[in-house]
Amino acid sequence: MTSSNRMKWPENADHTAVPYYVFHDQDIYNREQDKIYNGPAWHFVALEAELLKLGSFKSTYIGDTPVVVTRGQDNEIYAWVNRCAHRGAEVCRHRHGVSEDGTFTCVYHQWTYDAKGDLRGVPFQRGLAGKGGYPKDFDKTQHGLRKVKVVSYCGAIFGTFSDATPDIETYMGEDVSLFFKRIMNRPVEVLGTTRQYIKGNWKFYAENSKDPYHASLLHLFHATFGLYRSSQEGATLINNDFHTVLWAKSGNEDEAALEDVRKDKLRTYQEGTYTLNDPSLLAGQQEFEDGISLVILTLFPSLVLQQIQNTLAVRQILPKGKDEFELVWTYFGYTDDSEELRNIRLKQFNLIGPAGLISMEDGESTELCHKAIVSDGDRTNVILMSGSDTQSEGHLVTESAVRGLWKGYRKMMEL
Amino acid sequence: MTQELRNEVEDLLNRYVQCIDDDELESWPEFFTDSCLYRIIPRENEEVGLPAAVMWGDSKGMLVDRVVALRNANVYQVQWYRHIISNPCIRSESDGAISVQSNYAVFKTCNNGESEVYNVGKYVDLIVRDSGVLKFKERSAIFDTHKITTLMVIPI
Ligand code: FES
Ligand SMILES: [Fe+2]
Repeated sequence: MTSSNRMKWPENADHTAVPYYVFHDQDIYNREQDKIYNGPAWHFVALEAELLKLGSFKSTYIGDTPVVVTRGQDNEIYAWVNRCAHRGAEVCRHRHGVSEDGTFTCVYHQWTYDAKGDLRGVPFQRGLAGKGGYPKDFDKTQHGLRKVKVVSYCGAIFGTFSDATPDIETYMGEDVSLFFKRIMNRPVEVLGTTRQYIKGNWKFYAENSKDPYHASLLHLFHATFGLYRSSQEGATLINNDFHTVLWAKSGNEDEAALEDVRKDKLRTYQEGTYTLNDPSLLAGQQEFEDGISLVILTLFPSLVLQQIQNTLAVRQILPKGKDEFELVWTYFGYTDDSEELRNIRLKQFNLIGPAGLISMEDGESTELCHKAIVSDGDRTNVILMSGSDTQSEGHLVTESAVRGLWKGYRKMMEL
Repeated sequence: MTQELRNEVEDLLNRYVQCIDDDELESWPEFFTDSCLYRIIPRENEEVGLPAAVMWGDSKGMLVDRVVALRNANVYQVQWYRHIISNPCIRSESDGAISVQSNYAVFKTCNNGESEVYNVGKYVDLIVRDSGVLKFKERSAIFDTHKITTLMVIPI
């Protein structure tokens, strides 16, 4: 099959059978940059808590495009493409920081911009001693940085390049925004960042974070110590096809389901085999009234917001070409956390992140898939757990959210 | 500080990395005092005072649990570490503890036979004498390589 054919979904494929080439095809990747990353989607770029001071900034990406998010002297949040309007140099060369006077100067020829991305100064504009200089009609207002439209929602900042992007709550959908507000219910305090670099296509991770099927089967630590099992009370909620919430309550076991798990003789079911030498790792606090101990919320394409026990984090998915992506974990607590709760969070961060006892394998599974499908591009996978629907379900034994991802993806990609 | 003590400290640093590189991880927690602090933390957090680490243990028991999980629960491809340590800077503290800073580089080799520079940083240690032997009361691996490839399962 030639790559141009790949711009149509094959006859035998639908959202239960996805052709493997979508993970490997360069034209597909380019189209994603166009239709998704420059298209009508909101992309997570920062937490407001990362930009507390006037003049503070953070460098990040929307797809392949480098962007900088700033807090202007007027206390508003702005974002712009980190590419000088003059000859294209990177303007901001730091990951984060504070610009005391609120300006950003390109080192190449020192064009200077403000936090909004507007051009403020150009060296030698009138020339030197009558020589050189810009034409009389050179208009600085026409040479600002490319702006990113931003919205701040419950302390999280999202950006979009498209005017067709709906407002953020409409984009999220009802359940997703409800759970978003549940976690982001009051001011948060950033506790740190870690970065994981994975040699696989970014969509494997998009699938992974919408997939409760794997959670108890791949992440053995999880299952063994009773943090999460597919037999637990929980739900899979799907909004607008590809935004999802998976939630579960630990300790609320459905006995019939548990019996079925025992019968399956899975390597994951090792009840009573292991006990923690230091149980303080899992001795958390119930901080939400609903008793829910696990929430994995995804906002396609770039955000996972999570609560696992007392850990709170956002994970930003940044594609780095078709074969790699970076996963940026930003850990947080609330500004009103007691010292005790803060220490619980710091300890429980052992569960998540690149070395997370219940999350590290997601890097591994992503690479396993990416490696194995290289030469089988036209074949498809099988996504049939719990049928072929893409509806919300009152349990976690389903791949409905993964199907939803592909349904929404196809629509947005016009495949 | 006597040369003898200096040698003893360097010996501890060397035995620690050999224990990990030789995959004798069950003995690894024994390098720490019962109540201890072990952290692997990105430099970008440490430098601005943000406390989140990728591995964090405040008891020998937690370190034992890491090893039990690594052996029995976590899923990852076969991999080996090779630590190179250098430039130890050893100072006696007034309370008898010894503070040490050294550099490290960890090469990781997987089944495909390629060795990559996996993690580079510095150790910042507080060493005490516990029943006659030197042990880590605190050990922080503060890493420059803030991009962790794939995952981290073996301690640094
Ligand atoms: S490229 Fe930025 S000032 Fe010339
Ligand atoms: Fe997972």
